[in-house]
Amino acid sequence: MPIVSRGFHGRRPTDDRKLPPGQFETFDFPVLSAGPTPRVAQEDWELDVTTEDGARHSWDWAAFTALPMETPTVDLHCVTRWSKFGTEWQGVSLDVLLGDVETAAEFALVHAYGGYTTNLPLEDLLDGQAWIVHRYDGEDLAPEHGGPARLLVPHLYLWKSAKWVRRIELRLDDEPGFWESAGYHDYGDPWREQRYQGD
Amino acid sequence: MARTALSGRLGDRPRWRTGEVVDRHAESATATTLVLHVPEWPGHLAGQHIDVRLTAEDGYRAHRSYSVASAPDGERVELTVQRVPGGEVSPYLVDELLTGDFVEIRGPVGGWFVWRPEQGEPVLLVAGGSGLAPLMSMIRTRDAAGSRVPFRLLYSVRDPEARLYATELRKGSPGLDTAYVYTRTAPENWPRPPGRLTAEDLVRNGWPPDFAPACYVCGPTGFVERAAAALVLLGHPPERIRTERFGPSGG
Repeated sequence: MPIVSRGFHGRRPTDDRKLPPGQFETFDFPVLSAGPTPRVAQEDWELDVTTEDGARHSWDWAAFTALPMETPTVDLHCVTRWSKFGTEWQGVSLDVLLGDVETAAEFALVHAYGGYTTNLPLEDLLDGQAWIVHRYDGEDLAPEHGGPARLLVPHLYLWKSAKWVRRIELRLDDEPGFWESAGYHDYGDPWREQRYQGD
Repeated sequence: MARTALSGRLGDRPRWRTGEVVDRHAESATATTLVLHVPEWPGHLAGQHIDVRLTAEDGYRAHRSYSVASAPDGERVELTVQRVPGGEVSPYLVDELLTGDFVEIRGPVGGWFVWRPEQGEPVLLVAGGSGLAPLMSMIRTRDAAGSRVPFRLLYSVRDPEARLYATELRKGSPGLDTAYVYTRTAPENWPRPPGRLTAEDLVRNGWPPDFAPACYVCGPTGFVERAAAALVLLGHPPERIRTERFGPSGG
């Protein structure tokens, strides 16, 4: 039986855009990270995809930026309860990056410069659901937002969209990442409000 | 950030509980501390936060997160709420929620930005504005544990009137050094001209990297970015710097 907060009226979103449960809309772009922002120069940046057999696929900045680009416009939902509608990105679909990779993996553990990790089912990275993005709002992605490049998986809470992405480790088994080991949900669907373990 | 094994308690599913406001007092010109009595509160770690849920008569709900400012103390939980002008939630908490009212909370949440009394290394706390709240919980937890771990607090705040917990920090405690940085207006004859926190402030009032301190930085995004980057430049390994950035709270 929820209690009513006497005298509280609140603010509803003014248009028909739907917010996931427990979220509110923000118009700026907050930064939430667990530690200092890693600084990685484009010329030092590298992205690896590794498989359960030890195979490795690598792209440096030049190779990555030569791949076919997409410009997704997506809504972001952060577990700290802010949502931001209509953000515009540019980057490479994971369908492109993973297209030639041979694997029986069902899970991915994403590693970032600075040591951050996050896990997700491999199928959530495929079928036009995820990108490695290097531009935001027409500009190079700033370091505090994960530049040079970050993962973008907008249908899950934003902690899954690892900033400063360095390696995607394809695995047969699921290995919890940084926040997932700290009590946050393994999957993190904003529409089912999967914030914490057990939600 | 190495993976850290964390206690299992976070894995317990947090559930919504009802807290009663048993006391409230002004903490600065724009901030108020709410003291809640939360039956069956499971306890918390210094640095953790809770979710607060407000429900309007038509069922509309708003949620915000607030750091717990108090040390673990039975069923008593203190939050310090900074009034965000035009905000959706904080003006209600600061102006409307009175002693005897009830509010729903869930938590505690967070297992990374925490300090445990069994940690033996020196601690550097770097606070920007209302980012002091979770760090104050660490200071109070240290006091309650009778810990002698050396603590240094560097508190960046707009002007003297904006200081939180001013009386308590003035009293201080053995082994806690507190230094203030004023960004807009300093007290008369203050040796340091007003301005943003610099690496020099961190050298003067922090610990040398050789002491291997645990660093906790909390405040608005820009402040945390600058302070954490300066600590890295000064030689503190990134994995020893834990940060909590205030997003927008929309109030």
